[in-house]
Amino acid sequence: MAGLSTLAKTSDRAFPFAAELMGVLSIAALGMLGFLLFPDDLAFLTRLIGITLLVLSLDLVTGYCGVATLGHAALFGVSAYAVGNACIGGIREPILLLGVGIIAGTIMGAISGALITRFRGLPQLVLSIAIGQLVAALANKLSSVTGGSDGLSGITPDPVLGLFRFDMYSRTAFTFSLIVLAVVFVLLLRFVRSPFGLLCRGIRDDDLRAQMIGATVYPRLVIMYAVSGAVAGVGGALNAMTAGVVGLDSVSFERSAEVLVMLVLGGAGNLWGALFGSVVFQIFEHIVSATNPFHWMTLVGLLLIAIVLFAPRGLSHGVAVLWPKIFKRGGRA
Amino acid sequence: MTDLLTLDKVSRSFGGLRVNENISFRLAPGDRVALIGPNGAGKTTLVNVISGDIPPTSGTLHLEGDNITRLGIPARVQRGLVRTFQVTRLFATLTAADNVALAIMQRKGLTRRFFSAATNAPEVRTEWEQLLGTLGIAHLARITVSQLAYGQQRLLELAIGLALNPKVLLLDEPAAGVPHDEAPKILEAIERLPADIAVLMIEHDMDLVFRFAKRVLVLANGRLIFEGTPQAVTADAEVRRAYLGSYADARRPA
Repeated sequence: MAGLSTLAKTSDRAFPFAAELMGVLSIAALGMLGFLLFPDDLAFLTRLIGITLLVLSLDLVTGYCGVATLGHAALFGVSAYAVGNACIGGIREPILLLGVGIIAGTIMGAISGALITRFRGLPQLVLSIAIGQLVAALANKLSSVTGGSDGLSGITPDPVLGLFRFDMYSRTAFTFSLIVLAVVFVLLLRFVRSPFGLLCRGIRDDDLRAQMIGATVYPRLVIMYAVSGAVAGVGGALNAMTAGVVGLDSVSFERSAEVLVMLVLGGAGNLWGALFGSVVFQIFEHIVSATNPFHWMTLVGLLLIAIVLFAPRGLSHGVAVLWPKIFKRGGRA
Repeated sequence: MTDLLTLDKVSRSFGGLRVNENISFRLAPGDRVALIGPNGAGKTTLVNVISGDIPPTSGTLHLEGDNITRLGIPARVQRGLVRTFQVTRLFATLTAADNVALAIMQRKGLTRRFFSAATNAPEVRTEWEQLLGTLGIAHLARITVSQLAYGQQRLLELAIGLALNPKVLLLDEPAAGVPHDEAPKILEAIERLPADIAVLMIEHDMDLVFRFAKRVLVLANGRLIFEGTPQAVTADAEVRRAYLGSYADARRPA
């Protein structure tokens, strides 16, 4: 497990909510850092937060349950379109719209989970791609609902809590998204350590063994998929509200593949890995694509090769190995 | 006394190969039964059929009078029919404590909880601490399973089985691969089991069979060829021909 979570575990005895506090502080610190680094590009940071929620969502099924999927953007995109339509249809309260995103994501998660987790291995992967492509094709065809290739525009939510308007500098959007991310992250930290979360990790390790302790595997995986859908739905809702437009890219295969890369980069099966993988990848991509518009994909490729060579289990595992060496404590954790 | 587990003419074939043929026997509360037979006799297949891992080709199984022939694995476990594996199957990335705690939480119906404490919840913790202590592996509680020695994993496998409070416990060669100095711990744990549960143990080691079993079932070529006391088994001519003649080979399986 990650150095950070090990650290949090050791301090568990002293303070019961150490891991949760650590989560809030880390996200606040990342937010401050982002604000200092990109004060004029809060829109980018806001987008980054939406995608981070999708990476966390993917970690729940891929990292914690061992389900291989290349169609996870479907959960994100369907929620974004649902929120967009709800907003255009008159529901403009941001908190309510988050709720719409969560419901849409949960339903989409339950449906795709019910199909995908019936299978294992390559059939499972292919089915996940098929579902992703189906949703992408529908998004393109049903232009009355999705705006087709032009995208769904005109999404203008009311001020948050009736007080904070979504301004053109994305200050409200960024702060709102950051707070939502912190809340979701803390809830998930608790969720993955719950009996249910532990059982999902057990199923990932050996599902026959899980059955032999009396656990029914399939319903658990579907429930986990629904939870994952809810988290992706939060990301999709934030994306729709803060960008004001939902495009076909939000359901694309590229989006699904990219978030999987981010997860592997950070370290699957670990929420901290998902968080840092997403942040590091997107900031790297942002900086490199701005400085070198022609060769940035090459550099992103080189970064990935370097990570796989030097930290094959992801950044979070690399940190876990280095952490005790740097701080000379927690070594006996 | 009512039977816990009843097998009635259970058969299992793979293609044309009859691995189990017309096997009938009963386990009553308190039974300590050894299942012996040469390699390839169909012992593990029989345990797989009883645990629900593979369905029988024909025949029926009853647990406490209920027909369980068509029940899935989890439903059988929930009714108290529990097995261990010949080759350990554990949750490899979890700690020893997590492994046993999961079995305890599953039995108590706690695994539907999304936000409460897991392994360290007091009502769970006291139980796994006691179980690991009984098997002498309490000091390994926080070690990840993949880092445990094989013998320690075997003990943990048994701990998981015990954590499920079985009524019928099927042990598939519990002592295989366990170093000699740790093997007595396994037998001690088995001898300390509640008196009213039934235990069926596959075992090659005849010394262990004699210490443990009050009754022995002998399987050869998929058929049950003998049922009786350990003393009677060694005296029986057919058993000797089928099994004990090759006992020297079977005793130390590769």
